[in-house]
Amino acid sequence: MTVPADAVSGRRELVAGFVQRHGALAVLALSVVTASLVFESFASFDNASGIAIQSSFLVIVAIGMTFVIICGGIDLSVGSVFALGGVLAAYASRWGTLPALVVPLAVCGAIGLLNGVLIARLRLAPFIVTLASLLGARGLLLSITDEGASTYLVPRESSFVEIGRGTLWGLGYPVFLALALAALAGLVLQRSRFGQSIFAIGGSQDAAAMMGVPVARMKVLTYTLSGLLAGLAGTLNAARLGSGVTILGVGLELDAIAAVVIGGTLLIGGAGTISGTLSGVLLLGVIQNVINQIGNLGSSYQLVTSGAFLAVVVVVQTYLSRTQRLH
Amino acid sequence: MDSVPLLSVRGVCKRFPGVLALQDVSLDLPAGQVHALVGENGAGKSTLIKVLTGVHRADEGEIAYDGRPVDFHQPKQAQQAGISTIYQEVNLIPLMSVARNLFLGREPRRFGLIDLPRMNREASETLARYGVHVDVRKPLRSLGLGAQQMVALARAVAIDAKLLIMDEPTSSLEPREVETLFGVVRELSQRHISILYVSHRLDELYRLCDEVTVLRDGRVVHTGPLAAIDKLTLISKMLGRDLGGDGVTKFTHDRRAALPGPPQLRAEGMDKRNLLHDISFEVRRGEVVGLGGLLGSGRSETAKAIVGALPVDRGSVWVGGRRLARLSTAAAIKAGMAMLPEDRKAEGIIADLSVRENIVLAAMPSLHRAGLVSRRRQDQIVDVFMKRLRIKASSPQQRVGELSGGNQQKVLLARWLCLNPRVLLLDEPTRGIDVGAKAEVQALIDELARAGLAVVLISSDLEELVEGADRVVLLKAGAVVGELAGDQVDEHAVMGMLAHG
Repeated sequence: MTVPADAVSGRRELVAGFVQRHGALAVLALSVVTASLVFESFASFDNASGIAIQSSFLVIVAIGMTFVIICGGIDLSVGSVFALGGVLAAYASRWGTLPALVVPLAVCGAIGLLNGVLIARLRLAPFIVTLASLLGARGLLLSITDEGASTYLVPRESSFVEIGRGTLWGLGYPVFLALALAALAGLVLQRSRFGQSIFAIGGSQDAAAMMGVPVARMKVLTYTLSGLLAGLAGTLNAARLGSGVTILGVGLELDAIAAVVIGGTLLIGGAGTISGTLSGVLLLGVIQNVINQIGNLGSSYQLVTSGAFLAVVVVVQTYLSRTQRLH
Repeated sequence: MDSVPLLSVRGVCKRFPGVLALQDVSLDLPAGQVHALVGENGAGKSTLIKVLTGVHRADEGEIAYDGRPVDFHQPKQAQQAGISTIYQEVNLIPLMSVARNLFLGREPRRFGLIDLPRMNREASETLARYGVHVDVRKPLRSLGLGAQQMVALARAVAIDAKLLIMDEPTSSLEPREVETLFGVVRELSQRHISILYVSHRLDELYRLCDEVTVLRDGRVVHTGPLAAIDKLTLISKMLGRDLGGDGVTKFTHDRRAALPGPPQLRAEGMDKRNLLHDISFEVRRGEVVGLGGLLGSGRSETAKAIVGALPVDRGSVWVGGRRLARLSTAAAIKAGMAMLPEDRKAEGIIADLSVRENIVLAAMPSLHRAGLVSRRRQDQIVDVFMKRLRIKASSPQQRVGELSGGNQQKVLLARWLCLNPRVLLLDEPTRGIDVGAKAEVQALIDELARAGLAVVLISSDLEELVEGADRVVLLKAGAVVGELAGDQVDEHAVMGMLAHG
């Protein structure tokens, strides 16, 4: 009995495609089940809602990163922008809730816009441009806070903190906001012309331009979105903490990139999903939680585990996309 | 046709630094006509296409489209006016689904969102009309090249194209796919869409096209109904040869007798899907074998396959009676083969390095001792070859980029000759170099063959081929169609074989 070669490669391709898209979800489910069996305290509602609220900020940042990576770029500035957004929100909260939202979003959106213009119009490398704004945003933050010496507190009576601390059905508001944003982003990606353009640009920039996609404009929009979302995440975090903490967000861009890539988005662009990113973020959150449960391991091992995970995922991804391409 | 033509080109000129790419080119294309555009390499076809599609702007002349004068600055303007281009390489997004590719930028929407079910349904229906029955939700790259080409065509037509420019659309298609494509082209022509069809496959042109325009050296040398011109005349127009005429090359006119012994180079059954079909030939020591054929016939591909620069599906190569275990460039060099590529700027010369560095580049591995290369030995070698090939440079330190085309070519030759090769493959060795240098390079080829090298010569210059080669192997659509040897080798015979072989 022999199976035609076509059928075999077809099936392999199908499997490869499935793993590519849903691998993170499968591993996430497996980790959750294993952790629940091993640690009694894991499967509690309190623990789950803790993971959810902690992950919600990274989800918001990672949504922006998903867009950027799908369109073939990278945004290293989101960690700094996240921290800057938090400090600006805390600073502006003295004038009321609305300024505490508008000021950080305006500044962070502007940084994203600047990234986009430099990358799309001046055709500079995304890596370098966003590395520069990583440093620039961090510097801006330090200059506002007297080299990090002063920490702005959100006034105790401000309704701004409610946004970060309020709960519904035992889950924090940021969780719902993150989920709503993820759903919206998924819809935009799959069902809007903007989303299609991003896939096209990441798939082949030249072909996209020839097919009439306004490449530069779409890229500017993508980086602006990434800046806005990073700023929003920082703002929410400040609301939750009640202050603008200057040392936050260091290395956050790498967590976001890791989550996006673990979620099956191709690092070279052109393919990816928001649902995958969601699984990726939660997986990182669960790993962190489990290592905290073990207790005596120490948080350093969290990095080791996340790193190992990322390495495995990238290897598998490369293998899978080669399998699919060979067809 | 008595109405105003859809496209009318009048006296268009296009200059690039040092070159007049288009000279006084005129062309009329009535609605619904399938017009063939032919010419050899460098004849100006691509420049003309680029001028029509807004990639380049004409320096002089007028283009009228749909009754109005136009001057496109950007490809997008041409597209919006209804000029669509289908390139040799499919220009779509491989990772996106077939339907999304087909509809990118004009997706059907409902409540502001893309209506996926409707888009997929319409995509299936549209493609079915082109004979493509696939799951349109699958990524484009899962389709064969032919089907991808059809998607590109369907997309081009769907965006209300009135003029379709097709640049070598069949070069990567299977025969069956070519038939489907022809059917679609005929249907489009009936719907009054004009088609400018660029191809080197003359048989295809005769089956498909109404009129033909022949470009040579940037000028229109012939335009008229295709039915009124036979293949032989068409080829002679493309190659720029009046039938008969005297040679002015520097080759000695007496044919060399090949040296006795086994063939120095033997290629057997070289096969590459859609490119080469079972090509076999051999070259003896002291013999120059020409590979003839029109552009796209597989001449360069054959040479590249032999030296391992183009992976083949099947085929074997023998050098000096020994079969190469595997075909790779490293194995080819080791076996004593050297190749002068067609595009010397992209694939050969390193313009920023000096003459010396360029010459000893390939010889480095054989010159070193314990990892170090003696400067004195390099200088000796460079000196010998600069004298022997009469390379005109101010010094061995001069940048190669500053040399003339002919001298660059000699530097490349020197690079390979200092490896002491047994087989030399020359792809268009005299293209783009001036007359004087051309004669010198030709004399050099002669000299090298006399010294016992086996030489494969590829040239679009028919005269060079006929006078330089002792034997000519003729290729057409990637297969050997004939061979001429000794006194049989003349321009008539070559053109005849290309037309009817």
